[in-house]
Amino acid sequence: MAQETTYYKPEDLKKFGNIGEFEPELAKKFFDYYGAVFADGALSAKEKSLIALAVAHVVQCAYCIDAYTTDTLEKGVTEEQMWEAIHVGAAIRSGSSLVHSVQALNKVKELGV
Amino acid sequence: MKSLLARGSELASSQEQLKILTEVSGKLGLPSFSDKLKEAALYPLRPTGVDILQVNVGKLCNQTCRHCHVDAGPDRRESMSKETMQECLVALATPGVTTLDITGGAPEMNPNFRWFVEEASKLGKKIMIRCNLTILLAGEKYRDLPEFFAEHKVEVVSSLPYFQKRRTDAQRGEGVFDRSMEALRKLNAIGYGVPGSGLILNLVYNPVGAFLAGGQSTLENDFKKELKQVHGVEFNSLFALTNMPISRFLESLIENDNIDTYLERLVTAFNPVAATGVMCRNTLSVGWDGSLYDCDFNQMLDMKIEGKVNKISEFNKSVLDSREILLHQHCYGCTAGAGSSCGGSIA
Ligand code: SF4
Ligand code: SF4
Repeated sequence: MAQETTYYKPEDLKKFGNIGEFEPELAKKFFDYYGAVFADGALSAKEKSLIALAVAHVVQCAYCIDAYTTDTLEKGVTEEQMWEAIHVGAAIRSGSSLVHSVQALNKVKELGV
Repeated sequence: MKSLLARGSELASSQEQLKILTEVSGKLGLPSFSDKLKEAALYPLRPTGVDILQVNVGKLCNQTCRHCHVDAGPDRRESMSKETMQECLVALATPGVTTLDITGGAPEMNPNFRWFVEEASKLGKKIMIRCNLTILLAGEKYRDLPEFFAEHKVEVVSSLPYFQKRRTDAQRGEGVFDRSMEALRKLNAIGYGVPGSGLILNLVYNPVGAFLAGGQSTLENDFKKELKQVHGVEFNSLFALTNMPISRFLESLIENDNIDTYLERLVTAFNPVAATGVMCRNTLSVGWDGSLYDCDFNQMLDMKIEGKVNKISEFNKSVLDSREILLHQHCYGCTAGAGSSCGGSIA
């Protein structure tokens, strides 16, 4: 048998709906919640899709990146908007690392002469 | 780019296209469209009546868009004769037929196009023209078309795949976006798309790639905002259309290895509500040689209406109203998500 080369398989994304096979009730609660979160509200479904695209990059979920790149395209989002959203995610991610360097700064000062 | 036909591509054959759709569906275990309609208790699919006569006056076009389901282009020669147009006018005069929808190719390139519109206009029916915009700038012969349309109160329906240059040009050819903007400004200048003018200008959006068209009203807002602010252009409504997996779009799906994903996507997005409103139920499609089809897509796949009446010269509304609509896997393109017809989303 051929050896698996990766845990991520693009076709697994389509099976997301099957996660309720062994625990239907919780899965149903999740999908209901998920559906409600992404519906048009104070934020439009399109804006939510862009947020999801940014978050997908931050949490580095390959499935979500696949799903929300397609979803933003379907919602008519421009490439400029997509990449600005991705950079917002990346900026928060790098900023959240860098802001911790204040702790390093404090420590350097504390230990210094 | 040349048409599939001029390139001698196998995909120029409708048989080959249908074979590919059948084979891919079989390989992926996708249900047949007819079975899907049976599940939804909609089979056999029957018309609600012939309200709209959609006449395809030829395959000649000044553009060669990558997604064209007609395989139209400057190298195509098929063109409807004046005699066949006359037969269309007889059918159009039938009570209950409310609208003439003229399509192509670029219909304006048919030598008898203006005569056809003038005669149809005398019948007092609504006239729509599928205008690709760039034809309005294609030379002296076409320059006064906006005024001609206005004179006959023709509703103009124009394709604009996206509100930005890059995607539009990728699909329709280099420079098409800028020329389309210029053409839209010409139409606006005589009142088309301007509120209160009574001259209707609608735009057609279709995805530039292997994905579906989502959210017609959101897209309409985006188009309106961007076109007004950046290009000073106005229009009435936006129709969101799904690309049909046939002809040149099928070619691009195969080239980019997207055919499996796209067909699966169409099938998973099947919407029974959209299926009840597919355009073949209230539209009859006429080919350049007078043959009858359930829709322009069936026309391009050579799926002629079966039975006693299959030429426009034999038009008989009651016989046609009771026919059975011919279906194949491409029909999933009309029923995915919010559905897609010549007038945009259905559900
Ligand atoms: S999509 Fe329309 S404009 Fe483009 S080649 Fe086909 S008929 Fe011509
Ligand atoms: S492709 Fe034509 S026949 Fe099939 S559902 Fe759409 S309009 Fe009807």
